Amino acid sequence: MIKLLFRSLFRFLAYLLSFFQIKNKKIRELVYIIVFQLCLVFTFLTLLTLILRVIDESFGFVLTKNTKQVSEVFGETTDPNSLTKTQLINVMKDNMRRGTVRTLDTEKPLAQRTEENLLDLINEFVLEERVIKTWSLYESIFTLHSIRRIHESTPHSQLKFRNWINLTFLINKQSSFPEFTGIRSALLGSVFIVCIALAFSLPLGVASAVYLEEYATKNRLNSIIQTNIYNLTGIPSILYGILGLAIFVRLLLPLTQGRTILSAGLTLGLLCLPIIIINSQEAIKAVPNSLRNSSYGVGATKWQTVWHHVLPGSYERILTGVILAISRAIGETAPLVVVGAATFITTDPTGLFSKFTALPIQIYQWTARPQESYHHVAAAAIIILLFLIISLNSTAIILRKRVSQRKIEQ
Amino acid sequence: MKNRSVVHNSFLINTPIHEKIIQSLLFLSALFSIVITVFFVVLLSKDALLFVQDKTTSLRGFFFTTSWQPSIQQYGVLPLLNATMMTSIIAIALATPVGLCVAIYLSEYASTKFRNIVKPIIEILAGIPSVVYGYFAVLTVTPVLQALLGPEVIEIYNNLSAGLVIGILILPIIITIGEDALHAVPKSLRMGALAMGATKLECTLSVVFPAALSGISAAIIIAFSRAVGETMIVALAAGAGSNFTFNPLKAAETLTGYIVRISGGDISYNTIDYTSIFILGLLLFFITLGLNMISQAITKRYQEKYD
Repeated sequence: MIKLLFRSLFRFLAYLLSFFQIKNKKIRELVYIIVFQLCLVFTFLTLLTLILRVIDESFGFVLTKNTKQVSEVFGETTDPNSLTKTQLINVMKDNMRRGTVRTLDTEKPLAQRTEENLLDLINEFVLEERVIKTWSLYESIFTLHSIRRIHESTPHSQLKFRNWINLTFLINKQSSFPEFTGIRSALLGSVFIVCIALAFSLPLGVASAVYLEEYATKNRLNSIIQTNIYNLTGIPSILYGILGLAIFVRLLLPLTQGRTILSAGLTLGLLCLPIIIINSQEAIKAVPNSLRNSSYGVGATKWQTVWHHVLPGSYERILTGVILAISRAIGETAPLVVVGAATFITTDPTGLFSKFTALPIQIYQWTARPQESYHHVAAAAIIILLFLIISLNSTAIILRKRVSQRKIEQ
Repeated sequence: MKNRSVVHNSFLINTPIHEKIIQSLLFLSALFSIVITVFFVVLLSKDALLFVQDKTTSLRGFFFTTSWQPSIQQYGVLPLLNATMMTSIIAIALATPVGLCVAIYLSEYASTKFRNIVKPIIEILAGIPSVVYGYFAVLTVTPVLQALLGPEVIEIYNNLSAGLVIGILILPIIITIGEDALHAVPKSLRMGALAMGATKLECTLSVVFPAALSGISAAIIIAFSRAVGETMIVALAAGAGSNFTFNPLKAAETLTGYIVRISGGDISYNTIDYTSIFILGLLLFFITLGLNMISQAITKRYQEKYD
């Protein structure tokens, strides 16, 4: 019935198109090819716009203003850049609250920090540098004049060209000011979550694939299992989040201690499981039957054949599937939000039971804020995330190509 | 599940005990995927039932009233469902023609070399996480639409831009599955059409395309189910707060958008907010499962036709 529906729908569209029918066959062919190519160009253009837009937002001029002036803190004549480390530390101790100095000192002793790092800290806590306005790369290049004018009309402001993806962005913890915020705890959180997810889903997934490909006979139960796995891949990721909330956060509360990094990892493990099973099945299918038969021929048992011949022969393809699953898991946002990612967190994950945040969660929260300066931070985080995902995916593509080429050579 | 495994099963009587243990362990891990599905149905229904049993709600009100305002005890799912359908239909309306044109071009016109370059790029497009598309929707597509239509006409959060970006998200699905379907059409059909004097275009549009129609329909249904379940784009771009409207230029929250917004805070158990997530989740589960099953049934029938 649905096929009929689609057929009549396409008939109707064809009928509509027939009003624009071009009589000359050659011209018609040309017009259609141009339309096809335009669609292809559209697809590429969207990808290009997306990437250019993110890059555009990650660089640009920033207009900042200090709450305290440099001359008030350092005196009229001294240049802060020429001061020694001990002098800088003294400035910090004089002007900052004792508690803040102590927390910074316990994180990493002040005497061991570099001068640049100390100057950054002075900027953040003593001078209290705050962003007034930001511009994207495009605006920075093409509307330089008006940017200069705004800079001149604002007293005591500094105009700096800022690269939002800098080292401090990578190693700083989350801060409530966009110019000092960083993604360290988010990156660590993502790594933790993916590791937990893999530790859970990789053995289970490969074992299921081995069972379905090597052991399963054709019966009703096995075909239900197979169909069920295909159906699981089609379930939206947010539902896995709800499932994780019900199982790991609530039902297994004593085991996972609620909204922890362990619950999040296991939830993403559930999501990765069908992907890993299907890719491993394909991998095991690709192992030639002659290998199995020769193993049986010398008297190996079933499990010996699987363990010594089938799995080693398919591990590269399984690895490809695993890489694809990682790249899927690393970008998943919705399940983590539902399982209960922390909105604001300044500590690194220390173990399985710590609160968590992840890179995509940070992107989501920063994008949802109305302030423009957070959008630059989000763009910088997106570049890091896309870099990770594209390199994972290209590894998978290259690996797959290499394996299939080797097969042709054989 | 190949017949080859049957060959060795006759030896199972003589297999040592540890092999039998291994086999049962493997079977149990395969069974785990069934357990996940059972958990889905049981746990979602359990809390959904709590929602239905609550004094302030009724199943009839849930399906047939047009206001979703949890703060004043109005639980009618129609506005959320309506917004979900609106974004998904916009997405399909963008992705189907564009995706099919690209699929036809890649399968029928492009050289193998060109295809080998294009396919990895499409895979990259498919690998971009949805939160990045969400960023793109709010900060690029919406401003462009506002510049085109005027900021008074189109709200900052609207279903149109969310729908368009979901369309971009599902493009790779339609392209890859559609191209596979077109590629699977036997060469003899093409040869026959060309021998009758049809041009390449006529052959493609009136022979190859109809022959691949079931595969293409399956692709469209899968893409639609993906669009219905898409979360981060609508959470960022479609707006918060339900709104029963058929105007895509207005903000209206979708099913998935509501779930993410409500569960984003620290939600306490057994409140009506908490159970409402589960009944909406159950609804979403059945919609997507139904769509996937339909597309699988279509694919199965179509495989039988040419094998």
